[in-house]
Amino acid sequence: MSIDKETARRAAYLARIEVKDEDLEALAGELSGILDFMEQLSEVDVEGVEPLTSVTPMNLPMRKDEVTDGYQQDKILANAPDAREGFFAVPKVVE
Amino acid sequence: MSELSKLTISGARAKLRAKEITAVELTQSCLDAAAGADALNAYCAHTPEIATEQAKAADARIGAGDAPDMCGIPLGIKDLFCTKGVKSQAASNILDGFKPEYESTITTKLWDSGAVMLGKLNMDEFAMGSSNETSAYGPAINPWRREGSDAKLTPGGSSGGSAAAVAADLCLAATGTDTGGSIRQPAAFVGITGVKPTYGRCSRWGVIAFASSLDQAGPMTKDVRDAAIMLEAMAGYDAKDSTSANLPVPNFESMLTGDIKGKKIGIPNEYRIDGMPAEIEKLWADGADMLRDAGAEIVDVSLPHTKYALPAYYVLAPAEASSNLARYDGVRYGKRATLQSGEGINEMYERTRAEGFGDEVKRRVMIGAYVLSAGFYDAYYRRAQRVRTLIKKDFDDVYASGVDAILTPATPSAAFGIGEMKNADPIKMYLNDVFTVTVNMAGLPGVAIPTGMDANGLPLGLQLIGRPWEEGDMLNIAYRLEQSAGFVSKPNKWW
Repeated sequence: MSIDKETARRAAYLARIEVKDEDLEALAGELSGILDFMEQLSEVDVEGVEPLTSVTPMNLPMRKDEVTDGYQQDKILANAPDAREGFFAVPKVVE
Repeated sequence: MSELSKLTISGARAKLRAKEITAVELTQSCLDAAAGADALNAYCAHTPEIATEQAKAADARIGAGDAPDMCGIPLGIKDLFCTKGVKSQAASNILDGFKPEYESTITTKLWDSGAVMLGKLNMDEFAMGSSNETSAYGPAINPWRREGSDAKLTPGGSSGGSAAAVAADLCLAATGTDTGGSIRQPAAFVGITGVKPTYGRCSRWGVIAFASSLDQAGPMTKDVRDAAIMLEAMAGYDAKDSTSANLPVPNFESMLTGDIKGKKIGIPNEYRIDGMPAEIEKLWADGADMLRDAGAEIVDVSLPHTKYALPAYYVLAPAEASSNLARYDGVRYGKRATLQSGEGINEMYERTRAEGFGDEVKRRVMIGAYVLSAGFYDAYYRRAQRVRTLIKKDFDDVYASGVDAILTPATPSAAFGIGEMKNADPIKMYLNDVFTVTVNMAGLPGVAIPTGMDANGLPLGLQLIGRPWEEGDMLNIAYRLEQSAGFVSKPNKWW
């Protein structure tokens, strides 16, 4: 399956990665190549086959609903590019 | 004194316990070797202060008679592991300067057992690559060279720094991680042993995630015995990883008897791929002969969905990566792009990720977002998950027929040159994983061990694939193969 410039733009947007307009054509070509490679999967008869979501047959373990950790605000904010007054700071979101 | 870094874990353990050497001396030898090997670019951070402090503590423990197997053993740690207060960047610019406030479960276990951290090791960015060339630090270099050539070769990837450091004796052993072959392919490219354990054997907590249903950490060591020792120290249940297996960890080393009489070893027909070099075919046949001579029964087996493992992997791994890497948004850690006035949070996300991720990571994150998007989810992602069921069933059937382990080549070639694949399309690079990726898809344990050389004097490796949770049995077969192959070559020091 071949994807065009607009589809490449959409994939970049979904991934939240800025791609310059002049680079979209080349990106579309690369992504098409990879999708072509994946196309082989359409040869496989998967009728009635369950999708594999876990390689070991196990249920996710449950634990008691209780506080086990916390009160580490300084550590959580320690690596933030911009932290102020105990919060992560970001550009204005709401107009 | 510089000879000490050439020791194996088991060799050093004996000398430490016999008080022939101290952990401080051993550690200093490794620090010196690492500091003198900038040309290999294997380390991306050196931590001599931590190492010296841990070595002193190890000597005290050994002196007090309380010395676990890993006590005083100097290790290199792949940059994918979060290490408290030491930069942990997954070889990516987007995590520039990230110093975790916590320690991964695996490294915690290693330090608790007395091991010593020499520094962090280079890798492909976010473990996405097979040549170390996607690293933000520049590629690690293979200590091996082709005979009569000084061309720089790749140590493989993604755990390329780990492979180069172990092969060049810049540490006694290293941690690696393996999502599609990232421990086994580099191990084969540098002539060392690399183990990918059963999925769930080692905790993923604190290991920067690439594709969570496939990622598994393991040891990269100078021989099979060392792999057994180090795997035991890394493995075990962890409540902080919900996919961690609540199973006892055996003493893997005690299972290395070398007796494999009556073991049934499968040779999968589907691994005879088109264009496989004759020397790889010979290596494989020789390996089977060695196991047969040791009393194993060699049987042909069929894994019919093998050819679909790679395309299915390149749907599933990018899909999981696009989800895992969504966290790098310039808010909580790492890099944030500079914005122009009037630009808002979307520009911040998009530019931070455009500047912070390298090309291969961007490509995979976009592919992942695409195959998960509305309208394509069933055609790609869901279908790949179903194919994965069939791939796993192939192995289940073979093991149900009484086969104990499967023998395959580890890689389709010896190490290639840095830059040689630069203009190849991404698929060509992906083919490096053709023999290893099935193992991750099925969650099985696998080990790569060196068993021969190619015509250029470069190491070649074979892979053994074990039954789930039977790393001990798999390592015992590998141990026997190691003894029969007698691979002892080391790269000539040029760095």
